[in-house]
Amino acid sequence: MKPDAPQPLTLTQTWWLLATGLAAFVPLVPHVPIWLAGLTGAIFVWRAALVWWHQSLPTRWVLVLVTVAGAAGVFLEYRTLFGQRAGVALLLIFLALKQLEARIPRDGLAIIFLAYFLTLTQFFEDQSIPIAATMLATLTVATAALAALTDARISPLPLLRRAGVMLLQAVPFMLILFVLFPRVNGPLWGLPSDAYSGLTGLSDSMTPGSINNLIQSDAIAFRAKFEGEVPPRQQMYWRGPVLSRLKDRTWLPGLIRPAQIDYVPAPGSPSYRYTITLEAHNRPWLFALELPSTLPPNAFSTADFQLHAKKPVRERLRYALESHAEVMQGAEDDFVLSLARQLPAGLSPRTQALGERWANEGGNDTQRLQRAIEFLRQQRLTYTLQPPLMGQHVADEFLFDHKRGFCEHFASAFVILMRAADVPARVVTGYQGGERNPVDDTWVIRQSDAHAWAEVWLETQGWVRVDPTATSAPARIEQNLAAAVPAGEPLPMLARAGFDWLKDLRFRWWAVNNAWNQWVLGYDMQRQRDFLQKLGMASPDWRKMIVWLAVLCGTVLLALTAAMLWRRPPADPALRQWQRFCRRLARRGLARYEWEGPDAYAQRLVAALPAKAPEISRIARLYAGLRYGRLEPLALEELRRYVAAFKP
Amino acid sequence: MLLTLRRSLHEQFIRWALRVRPPEPTPIHLTQRRVYVLPTRAGVLYAVSLLTMLIGAINYNLSLGYALVFLLGGLGITTILHTFRNLVGLTLNIGTPKPVFAGDVAHFPIILHNSDRRTRSLLRLHLPAQTSVSTDLPPHDHTRVMLPLPAPQRGWLVLPRITLETVWPLGLVRAWSYAAPGCECLIYPRPADAVPPAPTFGGMAGGRLASDTGDEDFAGLRRHQPSDPPHHVAWKAAARQDSHAPLQTKQFSGSAAQSLWFDWATLPPGIDIETRLSILTRWVLDAESDGLAWGLRLPGQEIAQGHGPDHVHACLKALALHEA
Repeated sequence: MKPDAPQPLTLTQTWWLLATGLAAFVPLVPHVPIWLAGLTGAIFVWRAALVWWHQSLPTRWVLVLVTVAGAAGVFLEYRTLFGQRAGVALLLIFLALKQLEARIPRDGLAIIFLAYFLTLTQFFEDQSIPIAATMLATLTVATAALAALTDARISPLPLLRRAGVMLLQAVPFMLILFVLFPRVNGPLWGLPSDAYSGLTGLSDSMTPGSINNLIQSDAIAFRAKFEGEVPPRQQMYWRGPVLSRLKDRTWLPGLIRPAQIDYVPAPGSPSYRYTITLEAHNRPWLFALELPSTLPPNAFSTADFQLHAKKPVRERLRYALESHAEVMQGAEDDFVLSLARQLPAGLSPRTQALGERWANEGGNDTQRLQRAIEFLRQQRLTYTLQPPLMGQHVADEFLFDHKRGFCEHFASAFVILMRAADVPARVVTGYQGGERNPVDDTWVIRQSDAHAWAEVWLETQGWVRVDPTATSAPARIEQNLAAAVPAGEPLPMLARAGFDWLKDLRFRWWAVNNAWNQWVLGYDMQRQRDFLQKLGMASPDWRKMIVWLAVLCGTVLLALTAAMLWRRPPADPALRQWQRFCRRLARRGLARYEWEGPDAYAQRLVAALPAKAPEISRIARLYAGLRYGRLEPLALEELRRYVAAFKP
Repeated sequence: MLLTLRRSLHEQFIRWALRVRPPEPTPIHLTQRRVYVLPTRAGVLYAVSLLTMLIGAINYNLSLGYALVFLLGGLGITTILHTFRNLVGLTLNIGTPKPVFAGDVAHFPIILHNSDRRTRSLLRLHLPAQTSVSTDLPPHDHTRVMLPLPAPQRGWLVLPRITLETVWPLGLVRAWSYAAPGCECLIYPRPADAVPPAPTFGGMAGGRLASDTGDEDFAGLRRHQPSDPPHHVAWKAAARQDSHAPLQTKQFSGSAAQSLWFDWATLPPGIDIETRLSILTRWVLDAESDGLAWGLRLPGQEIAQGHGPDHVHACLKALALHEA
C-alpha cells in the first residue's frame, strides 16, 4: 500500500482548528496570568487574520522567537518550567503556536489532542457543574474538528451535530466506566509543589486584612448536615486554627502537636452529631463545632483543641463528629498558658497600658474580663468590611483612633488587652454561622462566614469563648454579615439581603451542587465501594469491578452495534418476492443457478414445468421489469399476488 | 529479511482475510466477517493521549478528569462502530474495462452498491502499490469508480486484489476489506513510433486484392506520417512548396479498393517479436485511420480483411495475445 501524500489543510479545516484552540483556551483564561492570556489570544487573532486575508504562515524564526519569549515569561512567572501551572501555561503557548504552523492534518491532530488535554487541566482549578458543561462544549467542537480533518466538505452545523451524536453514544460507556473503574486512594507519585495552589481557605496566620480578603469570596468552605438537634445559629462557631503567638502585627499558631482530648462534656449540655463535607483547602486543619469529643480517622487534636488531619486536605473530605456546647476541662498545660500570656513589648502601648492598669487595680480574672467587654462597648466601635489603613500599632489605632474595624481587629485588640491585664488569651479563627438550605437540609458555610474570635483562660472555668465582635455588632453573630455591616458597603453577592425569589433558586442550585460534590466529585474509593454494595455487589474489589466493567461495556457495545447494523431496511421488495419464488422452486429441485438471470431461469422452468408456463413467464417478466426496467410500483402488487398464488 | 517475512505474513493474512479463493464470483457482498478494523496511527496517538490523561486524573484525583477520559474512551469505541458500518454491507460489482495500449494506464470500473439508507462517505479503493480513489455513496444508490492500474505489457492484465477502506468519520479507526473479483483487461501492444511503411499494392510482399477500383478516388491530402506508403506522398504538391513544408499524403476514398495484408512474415527477419507486434499494431491503427481495409497474418492465425472498430479490436486482440 502506498500511503497517499498528506493533503494540505483546507480553509474550513483551519477554521475548525482555530475554533478548537479557542474552545480549549477560553475556559482557561481565568486561571492563567493576564499576559499569557493576552499572548495566546493575540496569536489566535493573528492566525485568524492570516486565514482571513489568505496570507501564508510566518517563518520558523518568528515561531522560535515567540516560543522562547513565551517560555521565558512562564519561567519568570512561576520560577520553573515543570510545575503544574507552568506546564499548563507552556501547553497553552504550544496550542497557540501550533496554530501558526498547522499545515497538514497531522498538525491538526496535535492541536485537537492538545485541546483535549488542556480541557483536563482546567479541572485542577475548578470541577463545578458549569465547568463540566464547558467541557462538553469544548469536546464537541474538538470532535467536530477531528471529523473535519477526515472530511472537510461537510458544513459546520451537521458536523457539530454528528460530533454531538457520537458523544451522546459514548455516554453509556462513560457512565459504566465512571461507576466501575476501580478508584485508588492518593496520588500515584509525588505531585509538583504547586499542585494545590488554586485552593483557598483560612490560613494559619492572621494579619489585618487577611480574613477581610477571604470574606469577599462566595466559595464554599464546607457543608454540615446535622443528625437530630441543630444548635442555634449564633452558637455555631466552627473552630479552625488557634493563634497564640503575636509577632509584630501577625498572629501565628502555637505549637501544633497531637494531644489527648482532656475535656468531658458538661452534664446537661446539648450534644450535636453532624457530618462535615470539607472542600479541599490544601491545609491540614479540619473544622468542627466547638468543641468536638470525637476524632475523624487520620486526624488528631492539638493542645489548643483544634482538629488536624495528618495530611493537607487536598480533596473533598467527609467526616462525622460529635460536639458539645459546654465542656469541663482539667488543668491547662503551663506551656500553653505561657504562650497565651506572651506579649511583644512596645506593641500598641496605649492598649497595653490600659490592660496593665486593670491588672494593677486588682480584681480577679472574671472581673477584668468584664471590664474589657464593658470597655469595648463604651468605645462604640464600628464593624466594617472596609477598615481604614492602620500602621504598626493596630490595636491602638483601632481602639482609640479610628474605632472602625473588622472581626480580626476586634479579636486581636481584645486579646492584647486581656494579655496586658494578665489574663491568658488567644485568637481563634474559623467560621461563624452558615446558611441552611431548606431543599436538602444541609448547612452551607462559605468563606464569607470566616470569623475570628477570642478565648480567655479563667482559673475557675478554663477556656471561655469571647466574641468581641458580638459586643459591637451583635447582628453579625445573630444574623449574618449583611446585617452587621453598614448599608452601602460592598458585600459578596450571596451574603446580601433581599432577593427572596433568587434565594429559593439559589437553595435549589446549592442542593444540586451538593449532590454533584457528593456523588460525582466525591466519588472516591470509599463511595465506590458503598455504592456498589448498595447495588448488590458483595464485597466489591477491583477484580469484580473489572469483570463487570467488561461485561457491561460489551453489552452496550453489542446493543449499539445491533441498533446500527440491523436497522438496515429490507432489500428491494421485488427481489424479496423473486427470492420467495425461487425458494419454492428450489424445494422442487429446480433451484436457480447463481449466474441465471430471470429470463434464462424462466425458460428452464417452463421446459421443466410446462403446465405452469404462463405464471412462470409472467412472474419472470414482472420481476425483470421491476428490477431492471421501468415498471411502475403498481406492478409490485401484481408480482406479489402471482408469487403468493404460485404453487409449483 | 524481516521485511520479506512481514510481506509474506501480510500476503498470508490477505489470503485468509479474503475467505474465498480468488477470483471470487461477483457481486461481492462485504459481510461483517470480512471487514476488519484497527486503529490508525492517529487512533494510536489518541489512545496514548487518553492513557496519559487517565494517569493524570488518577494522580490528581480529578473526578471530572475521569469523566472526560471515559467519555473520550466511549467516543473511541463508538467511532469503531461508525467506521465499521461505513464499509460493511457494501456490494461490489465489476464492469468490463476498456482495452488500452501497453504503457498506458488501464482503468477497471468498479460498481459499488449501497443498499443502506445511510450515505457512505469517503470510501477509498486502491490496488496494491497504487494511489487510492475516493468516493461517496448516497443511500440506495450505486456509483462507479475507475481504478487505475498501469499496463506495462501486452496481453491480459489481471485485476489484482482490491482493498476497500475507510477511516470516516474521525480518522481514528480504519475499517478495510479485500475483494478479488475476477477481471482482466486486454492490453494491446504498444504501437511503434517509427515504422517501415506499410506494405501496399505489392510493393512489399503484401498482396493486393483483385478489386482495383477506388484507388483512384482521390479524397484529399493529409499530413504525412512515416508509415504512409511512399507512392501516396503528394510529391507534386511537395515540389510546389518550399523545402521546409511538411510532406502531404494523398488520401483515397473507396476503402474496398485499398485492401492490404499485414503479414508477420514479411517483416525483416532481424526484428524481435515485440517490435514486430508493435509495428503491426501501428499499421493496423494507421490503416483504420486512413479508412483502408486490411487483413492480418500471424504465425498460425489469419484474420480476414475488413475494417471498422470491431475489426481493429479483433486484430489488436490477436496481436496482444500472440504467443511469445
